[in-house]
Amino acid sequence: MKAAVILLPGLNRDRDMIAALTKISGQAPQTIWQTETSIDDDIDLIVIPGGFSYGDYLRCGAIAARMPVMRAVREKAEKGTRVIGVCNGFQILLETGLLPGALMRNASLKFVCREVNLEVANSGTAFTQGYSQGQIIRCPVAHHDGNYFTDPDTLASLEANRQVAFRYTPDTNPNGSLNNIAGIVNTAGNVLGMMPHPENLIEAAHGGSDGRALFESALGLVDA
Amino acid sequence: MTMTKRATAAMTIPNTIPITEELIAAHGLKPEEYQRILDLIGREPSFTELGIFSAMWNEHCSYKSSKKWLRTLPTTGPRVIQGPGENAGVVDIGDGECVVFKMESHNHPSYIEPYQGAATGMGGILRDVFTMGARPIAAMNALRFGDPDHPKTRHLVSGVVSGIGGYANCFGVPTVGGEVEFDTRYNGNCLVNAFAAGIARTDAIFLSEAKGVGLPVVYLGAKTGRDGVGGATMASAEFDESIEEKRPTVQVGDPFTEKCLLEACLELMQTGAVIAIQDMGAAGLTCSAVEMGAKGDLGIELDLDMVPVREENMSAYEMMLSESQERMLMVLKPEKEAEAKAIFVKWGLDFAIVGKTTDDLRFRILHQGDEVANLPIKDLGDEAPEYDREWRELGGLSPLDIADVEEPEDYGQALLDLLGSPNNASKRWVWEQYDTLIQGSTLQIPGGDAGVVRVEGHDTKALAFSSDVTPRYVEANPYEGGKQAVAECWRNLTATGAEPLASTDNLNFGNPERPEIMGQLVMAIQGIGEACTALDFPIVSGNVSLYNETNGEAILPTPTIGGVGLIDDWNQMARIGGAGAGDCVILIGGDGTHLGQSAWMRDCLGRCEGAPPSVDLMEERRNGDFVRSAIRNGQVTSCHDISSGGLGATLAEMVMASDLGMKIDLSSSQGPAHALLFGEDQARYVITVPADLGSYIMASAEGAGVPFRHLGTVSGSALQIEGVLCVAVSALRAAHESWFPAYMDTPTTLAAE
Repeated sequence: MKAAVILLPGLNRDRDMIAALTKISGQAPQTIWQTETSIDDDIDLIVIPGGFSYGDYLRCGAIAARMPVMRAVREKAEKGTRVIGVCNGFQILLETGLLPGALMRNASLKFVCREVNLEVANSGTAFTQGYSQGQIIRCPVAHHDGNYFTDPDTLASLEANRQVAFRYTPDTNPNGSLNNIAGIVNTAGNVLGMMPHPENLIEAAHGGSDGRALFESALGLVDA
Repeated sequence: MTMTKRATAAMTIPNTIPITEELIAAHGLKPEEYQRILDLIGREPSFTELGIFSAMWNEHCSYKSSKKWLRTLPTTGPRVIQGPGENAGVVDIGDGECVVFKMESHNHPSYIEPYQGAATGMGGILRDVFTMGARPIAAMNALRFGDPDHPKTRHLVSGVVSGIGGYANCFGVPTVGGEVEFDTRYNGNCLVNAFAAGIARTDAIFLSEAKGVGLPVVYLGAKTGRDGVGGATMASAEFDESIEEKRPTVQVGDPFTEKCLLEACLELMQTGAVIAIQDMGAAGLTCSAVEMGAKGDLGIELDLDMVPVREENMSAYEMMLSESQERMLMVLKPEKEAEAKAIFVKWGLDFAIVGKTTDDLRFRILHQGDEVANLPIKDLGDEAPEYDREWRELGGLSPLDIADVEEPEDYGQALLDLLGSPNNASKRWVWEQYDTLIQGSTLQIPGGDAGVVRVEGHDTKALAFSSDVTPRYVEANPYEGGKQAVAECWRNLTATGAEPLASTDNLNFGNPERPEIMGQLVMAIQGIGEACTALDFPIVSGNVSLYNETNGEAILPTPTIGGVGLIDDWNQMARIGGAGAGDCVILIGGDGTHLGQSAWMRDCLGRCEGAPPSVDLMEERRNGDFVRSAIRNGQVTSCHDISSGGLGATLAEMVMASDLGMKIDLSSSQGPAHALLFGEDQARYVITVPADLGSYIMASAEGAGVPFRHLGTVSGSALQIEGVLCVAVSALRAAHESWFPAYMDTPTTLAAE
């Protein structure tokens, strides 16, 4: 499978993401600049990395969601191409409407960078099949606005449709997210948004490789 | 006349107003300094010219009080590529690569406006590093605040920490180390010292020296506004009650623009278009243009009508002194202009040709058709006043007799009190607000001896970073304290297994016009110089911040040392928490004997007495070299140096980090338990090694003439010191982790304001 990484001014975990995808898939992902209006047909996985696109000077992700390249991402997503948004990428996916809900300022009102534990809430998605159901994995977070919120009906339908991919363990929820939600997929199951940074836990130098299976799953490198 | 009034008034002040004594004083220039200006240019300066002189000749930019002594520091070594004098120091790390680093203060702005002051301090030091062609890979910050009970302290801590995080996190550099301390002496003047390091190719270092006549001088980055007008002059003045009026001199940071500027500059540098580059930091356009011209023996002509501005009706004076952030000045190869411009347009940044290099050695400023300044460019820097200020010998306190210090009734409680006191408590509340992991290269986050990041593109190479100073030691004896700051930094790098390469100094002191303050500065520099020489740890960059006083009371003398070390193979790196059950615990260095100026006496007994511990640099080196070589041989499972809090704090920090207890027996040590546990004798480490290697390591130590003591074994879930104390690791952690969050969660009223 061929991966691409979206580049927007202000994103800053793009190099981390490119390194992770390269190490795991054996080939460097294509990079796509903000002004591109189309994405090649042979791209099977699009990743929007973390950072502070356009400084996050409006609502996080709001400016990014209105750039030409995001129209192209939406078109690909609607055709079933896999899309992962991590951290600011998750915020951008929410702003484009590809995923439901919003990310508010952390309950602590402070930026938080630490390792948390995640429960794999649904191991049946395209992004989580490399994990077992209910598996607890380690993963770092680094964000100021990761407090997932949505209306009660949407929350109920997310839960009913098993769209919650990852949850913080209750004792490590770093931001006050509803239902400890750390990552969700869309109803079609091909778009994942998550606040934690699996790309920062993929090798011995990171002190573990719990994040690796996510990318292996998304890249079709595990047996479904 | 206050700064605020002056900045506002400048809009209407024409360039040709008479220069009054009041105006000269408001620019921080002494009458004799003004006379020097008259002698140099042979006429009365214009208003803009006065501003330019004031910016170039203030303490912050000219180092006029410290230059004489800074020259005595060791700044060279086999690995040093660039010492002090450029934007940052450059040190060879092999394989055609180098580390570029510096530490700089942003004390006064951070006290006036903590968030923006700290944020722009971070922004400034990052710019210093990438101006030289290096991509920043690590940051640290050393923060010092007033008494926790002072009504302003919480507000400053909160603002400074979120300001540093707000900038560094958004820019995308991991913060891997630093210090946070409290002392009443910083009540009216907090310290914010920011460090950044980057990696560059040794054959692609960019300097500020302009070359070639008639070449375009290009302005890059953000637009110029009125923020920070006179900032460098403000940073060179003492504070008094009018401080609130100085808020408009604080700059406002935009980390998003800085991130774009980083990418654009690195991209542009690859095209070969850049001849010279200088960031606009203190005194903005003035300092950067003069620096480029003077270093290259060239004149510079600037046309201010071409400068991108974000406010209307800015005067030449304001444009020349603005400290708006995220701006660069470059001399470019004319044939590459279009290519260069395309890169900046792509990143949404301003690109404007604002002048040219000339052969007449003049600094000419044109504005709206008038020549508003025409000054001899070399004299602005070279002829800046330099003072040999009067200084007084200090120190001379005798060591405290430990018999004068009563032993605590309950050693367990004493240790808990120490670990839970503001200066010794965990700083997790602070560093969890910094992105410590971005770039995916961080091997050790804050909380250990040094931060460590691996070097991209290499399988095993890593760099270690540490920032250190013990101001209470420097106060008690500036010479020994200066030595100790260097030694502790060197020791912290060593404790990870790193080879200390070089250092940067950030010298924070009070008013140098007072002989006792000047004595602190002079003697601390002497101590620093001696230690850097003895430990082969040259100073390659630095910054001096003087006049850190409020209403005549000076801060504790605080010469912060930031150090960089090289790890060949991070698989053999030591961490504070790596011990395994059954490991042998060994003290490297002598027993604790010295309680004077110790953290325990200050923080638990309220006593700051006697001489600080002295530093034997030969012993420091011998013990450190032994520890490093054991780590590099893969024999050490964990290591921690002994510093503030003595052996007791070191053992406690190790058991908390590994989450395994220790059984320790001090019965073969000499002396009373309080000195053994809390004494701060130097050149000491605690290491743990696999049980079967214990005898071998101790025999090696003996052979190398390194003092050592077998302390005990890693075991259980408590720190147990036979006959002295036994405290559960969980209880230690509760005490250590609780102070900071509890303090910051207490509602605060700024009644005093």
